[in-house]
Amino acid sequence: MVGGFRWAAMFPDEVWEHVFSFLPADADRNAAALVCRAWYRIERRSRWRVFVGNCYAVEPAAAVRRFPEVRAAAIKGKPHFADFNLVPSDWGGGAEAWVEAMVEGWPHLEELRLKRMVVSDDCLELIARCFKNFKVLSLVSCEGFSTAGLAAIAANCRNLRELDLHENEVEDNCLHWMSHFPESFASLVTLNIACLEERLVGLLHRVPQLVDLGTGKFAAQHHPELFSKLESAIAGCKNLKSLSGFWEAGPTYLPAIYSVCEGLTSLNLSYATIQGPELIKLISWCKNLQRLWVMDLIEDDGLIAVAASCKLLQELRVFPSDPYGAAQPISLTEHGLVAISAGCPMLHSVLYFCRQMTNAALLTVAKNCPNFTCFRLCIMEPHTPDYITRQPLDAGFSAIVESCKHLRRLSLSGLLTDLVFKSIGASANCLEMLSVAFAGDGDAGLHYILSGCKNLRKLEIRDCPFGDKPLLDNAAKLETMRSLWMSSCSVTLGACRQLARKMPLLNVEVINERKRGLPLELQPDNCPVEKLYIYRTVAGPRSDTPSCVWILR
Amino acid sequence: MEDLDNLKATELTLGLPGTDAPEKPSPASTTGANKRANEECCLPVAKKQVVGWPPLRSYRMNSIRIRKMDAEDNTGIYVKVGMDGAPYLRKVDLRVYTGYKELMEALNDMFKCFSLGGAEGHEESGYAITYEDKDGDWMLVGDVPWEMFISSCKRMRIMKGSEARGLSSST
Repeated sequence: MVGGFRWAAMFPDEVWEHVFSFLPADADRNAAALVCRAWYRIERRSRWRVFVGNCYAVEPAAAVRRFPEVRAAAIKGKPHFADFNLVPSDWGGGAEAWVEAMVEGWPHLEELRLKRMVVSDDCLELIARCFKNFKVLSLVSCEGFSTAGLAAIAANCRNLRELDLHENEVEDNCLHWMSHFPESFASLVTLNIACLEERLVGLLHRVPQLVDLGTGKFAAQHHPELFSKLESAIAGCKNLKSLSGFWEAGPTYLPAIYSVCEGLTSLNLSYATIQGPELIKLISWCKNLQRLWVMDLIEDDGLIAVAASCKLLQELRVFPSDPYGAAQPISLTEHGLVAISAGCPMLHSVLYFCRQMTNAALLTVAKNCPNFTCFRLCIMEPHTPDYITRQPLDAGFSAIVESCKHLRRLSLSGLLTDLVFKSIGASANCLEMLSVAFAGDGDAGLHYILSGCKNLRKLEIRDCPFGDKPLLDNAAKLETMRSLWMSSCSVTLGACRQLARKMPLLNVEVINERKRGLPLELQPDNCPVEKLYIYRTVAGPRSDTPSCVWILR
Repeated sequence: MEDLDNLKATELTLGLPGTDAPEKPSPASTTGANKRANEECCLPVAKKQVVGWPPLRSYRMNSIRIRKMDAEDNTGIYVKVGMDGAPYLRKVDLRVYTGYKELMEALNDMFKCFSLGGAEGHEESGYAITYEDKDGDWMLVGDVPWEMFISSCKRMRIMKGSEARGLSSST
């Protein structure tokens, strides 16, 4: 900092604001705000987009006060593992406090994106009534609202451009809530309602300018007239770039979308139980696909076809059609992944569920795709080794982190020892999020991660033999991260108490659902902790914890 | 675990009632599946008991389950549920739930106006949720694996107070 010389006054505020407008990333703006008081003042008045990765990291009122001109806000609530039922349903993540503060301080808010939060109909009604220029609502993996709340949005938000509601638990108590949309809805460009059923054809006629469409159910009795109506309605959407939904879609109605396939950049068929051959036929039309989500019914052959047709593919997700059973063995193996890695030069993001893997395949993938930013491999049976050599998959994942220098997100699976964590700690310099399950030998594994991975923000661990020592030895690291989740590991209450005392800027949440015996305050230090969620915060302990959550201070 | 004679005497088998004959290791398990799966007695339910694994959103899990149910053409398992002090009974379709937790939550919702306690709190509030099984015996809900429960449950009753304490599993 240059003391004494008021160089910030060299230019009027507006000039600095204009300069700051070229800093899109929050990290850059945050850095600018630290330079001097003048820049702090100017930057805060000109920031119009905020991202709150943890709704409990800051008081809503404080965020609203600091950035009074915000037009777009994104807020995340529950820890990621809430998606897999590891977090108690009453844990928290309610949106009211935020919505009330925003209504008060950001009346011009245009865009709101909430993820993993509990959103009530009251919240939706407040949003619908109070934000006069509201344009974008995105609720992902949220719960607590019903179609009655959505009806309020549809009826009041005349300038709505984007409505994205994928994967929410919505109570369906208001039939035809979409009829509340205006007759001619020229502003709507994104409509993703893939959690509800709705009559598709009529809807498409009202919004032919759609760029992004998520259908609900995409099946009916075969009816030639309905088919051709659907086909022409979809063809009428000349700007369609992204399609998703397709619940229960079968080969009967799928051809209705062939006409728009060439323009598609994003296709989500991961809820459609279409078999390999139909999928291959459909995808062969989609030459410009950048993002593809499918089920493992596509099999290795289908992925080989994708590798041949979709040269612009950047992101692939393959989900299991039958996670528990082995109804008919699905021929989706490491070969499919290798084929994609070889055939798609722009591939950078993968989520792949499968039942077998080899180190050799992972080494090949690592060599083919040094540009991966996100690699999530889920071998469905825990502790599965390389099926040919019977070795742990340490070598394979190590190759990934060593080759992919820009890797930001990694999920591990299969049989893994502490060695893989040594590689990750040493090589994964850009890694921001790491998910670990059923892996490692002992404390060393966790220590490698926490003492390395300098850009780590989120770490989530389940069922690993990691204990107190690496946590206490790396306490300071936890303040540089957004959050740490550990469940079914070997952490004791004593370590959590120590950590909480040592690190006042962390909320150390101990979650104990079994509720037997003494309350947590009276339990001894060696009491094992079932679930632990630690996150940095400037807001102090939250006041909405349920009975199974204790915040240690 | 009881010795084999007792098992036979009580007609319990390694395969659970309500599922097919004891599962043999499937071909898929030779492609590198966990050794433990081959060593354990092959209860199909054992795999399901790892909460939250494989990591799929419940939204997706539900859609898979619904699809399987449609495919298998399963009709619902409707059982009556009564509660001491409530003037009328309810009916639930046990096929709709994936496990005890969901069932408890649903019953809570249904009977909350009659002041049933929290999901896990039926002991604290003095209620016990019981069911009548195929043999006509009244059992405490939650003791047996879910699949076994839904195939043997004929009706349910939420009992209160002193009657409940006799059956309660807490000590």
